Amino acid sequence: MNMALAAIYSLFIINKSGGLIYYKDYGSAGRMDTNDSLRLASLWHSMHAISQQLSPTHGCTGIDLLQAHNFDLHCFQSLTGTKFFVVCETGAPNMEILLKVIYELYTDFVLKNPFYEMEMPIRCELFDLNLSQVIQKDRVALLGR
Amino acid sequence: MQFFSGSSLTSVAPEATPAPAAPPGTATGANAQVLYVFNRNGVCLLYREWHRPLRTLDATQDQKLMFGLLYSLRSFTAKIDPTTAEKGNLGVPLLPGQGCSFYSFKTNTYKLNFMESPSGIKLILITHPRTGDQRDSLKHIYNLYVEYVVKNPLYAPGAPIKCELFNKHLDQMLWNVCVDT
Repeated sequence: MNMALAAIYSLFIINKSGGLIYYKDYGSAGRMDTNDSLRLASLWHSMHAISQQLSPTHGCTGIDLLQAHNFDLHCFQSLTGTKFFVVCETGAPNMEILLKVIYELYTDFVLKNPFYEMEMPIRCELFDLNLSQVIQKDRVALLGR
Repeated sequence: MQFFSGSSLTSVAPEATPAPAAPPGTATGANAQVLYVFNRNGVCLLYREWHRPLRTLDATQDQKLMFGLLYSLRSFTAKIDPTTAEKGNLGVPLLPGQGCSFYSFKTNTYKLNFMESPSGIKLILITHPRTGDQRDSLKHIYNLYVEYVVKNPLYAPGAPIKCELFNKHLDQMLWNVCVDT
């Protein structure tokens, strides 16, 4: 798969109840301990839900993109309510594609893993392995520019 | 171009009914759909809507929810900021300008553009999701606020905004907000 994607700072995966099931930091200065990451994940889950209530038109599915001064946050919610969000550089392209790729890896290596309990934290080696390959490809593409 | 007669249009106090919608066929040119202005204490100084087919909650609840969402989002962005190592704890009240703040978020049905002035005045503009960066528009609205509201000797800070000139210039300005395709 040929992807020229920018590097990301961190990845969060939240289950449908808002609990954090996966957190990986890829070298940001703002690396967090477990408790903080848990709190932020729940906070994001709530805010994602509240943003749907404030929509002026019907059919809102929540925040896709949050743009801040120092970073961008892209979010993808699957049909089952699992949310994947990445913190990346401002203006980083193709993050939606990256999120879809991560979702595919999740379905292949986490959901199809017979020992994985639904909604529990993800501890699947193959998932970690393939994920770091995908993100590593990003960094190579970035350095190659 | 004036769509509302100046004397009949009043801006909205939180418990009053919303401003009358623009006549059919004129609202679609202006991409701006809803505008909120809050002060630092959470009082909604202004609520204007130009195009809002869905109202999930009544006006007071809606404004409280909006303010609460922004407050939480600011704490969230300050804490999740990947470029700063030393951050306060989540939930600590933040001063305007403290910590990394966001300027917009987008959903599939709307885009929310946000600006906070150093004095804590929060401007929220809700537009079509494919609108471009509205930071300049928000700065312009803030300038209008300073000119026609703050400098109005009859205006009491912290009270809902009822200044005709402000509303008029706001409508004129937001008529030009377009969808970027």
